[in-house]
Amino acid sequence: MDHPNEAAVVAAGEHGAETEHTGPGWSVYWKVAVILTILTIGEVWVYYIPAFVASRLFLPTLLSMSALKFVIVVMFYMHLKYDHKLFRTLFTGPLIVATSILFALLFLFGHLRLGHGG
Amino acid sequence: MSTATVSHHYSSTGLANRKIAIWAFIGSECMLFVSLISTYLIYKDRSVVGPYPHTPWTDPSTGHVYHAILNIPVTSASTFILLMSSLAMVLALSAVENKGKPQRNLGERILGNSKLWLFMTALLGLGFLGCQAYEFTSFVNEGLTIKTNLFGSTFFTLTGFHGAHVTAGVIWILSMLFIDMKRGLGPSDALNVDIMALYWHFVDVVWVAIFTLVYLIR
Repeated sequence: MDHPNEAAVVAAGEHGAETEHTGPGWSVYWKVAVILTILTIGEVWVYYIPAFVASRLFLPTLLSMSALKFVIVVMFYMHLKYDHKLFRTLFTGPLIVATSILFALLFLFGHLRLGHGG
Repeated sequence: MSTATVSHHYSSTGLANRKIAIWAFIGSECMLFVSLISTYLIYKDRSVVGPYPHTPWTDPSTGHVYHAILNIPVTSASTFILLMSSLAMVLALSAVENKGKPQRNLGERILGNSKLWLFMTALLGLGFLGCQAYEFTSFVNEGLTIKTNLFGSTFFTLTGFHGAHVTAGVIWILSMLFIDMKRGLGPSDALNVDIMALYWHFVDVVWVAIFTLVYLIR
């Protein structure tokens, strides 16, 4: 099975509307799984390095790896990279609102500070 | 996606109504889980009494020493299990979409076996739930319940809600597997499997965030 999902037709509407897109296949899926595994091992690995945990790089590194895993799953396994932009809007819209509220709450409760000494 | 035209309801956009609905649902679920994660992060390090997630604590009244309660090796294993279940799910969807196409060799027959991949997804989902049951049980045995402190309340609420979503997903997958065994799933069922897969992957990405924010960041 070289490219089982390629050249696909998503939907054929009652009014004859069609939306074509291509999606990944096994050749992409297993590579994505390997990347996700490597990133997970990387996250756990840095957790067990005391010097790294104490450094300023610890938090940004973990958050970056987690965000990368999140984006990879959404793009390739949830097919958002290949799907209609309406789906992207339905997902990213609430996600942006929710994340903004998260940062606002963390700021209000003193977990985040602006500038030196806040 | 398959090239088969299926008899589902479509909106004026040409997109299947149910697929729009599942994305809208996933969007609303984003709000739910971010609110739970926000609550956890806000109350992080504000527990008056232990046990604590990453640091030991000595109970002043009894002198009992509680170790850091989070078990990272077990949770890392359960994270890997859930990520692999997502791989099994995309293969299940691919197998359903390509049902009926000629399978030239053993590899294609394995990849085209939707029952196998649905079973594997459900099995890995159950494996994740087993790890979570083990974790919750060990926490309770070590003295951390939902009523013990702020960490216990926010932790069990967040991971409990996620576990409930995984449970619902496993039931959904097992139902689909039952249908596949009963009458067989084909390209005309691809939308149903796609919707289920989107839900399952969403549960996976929520765990990706929880694993980092709750378990790894101190």
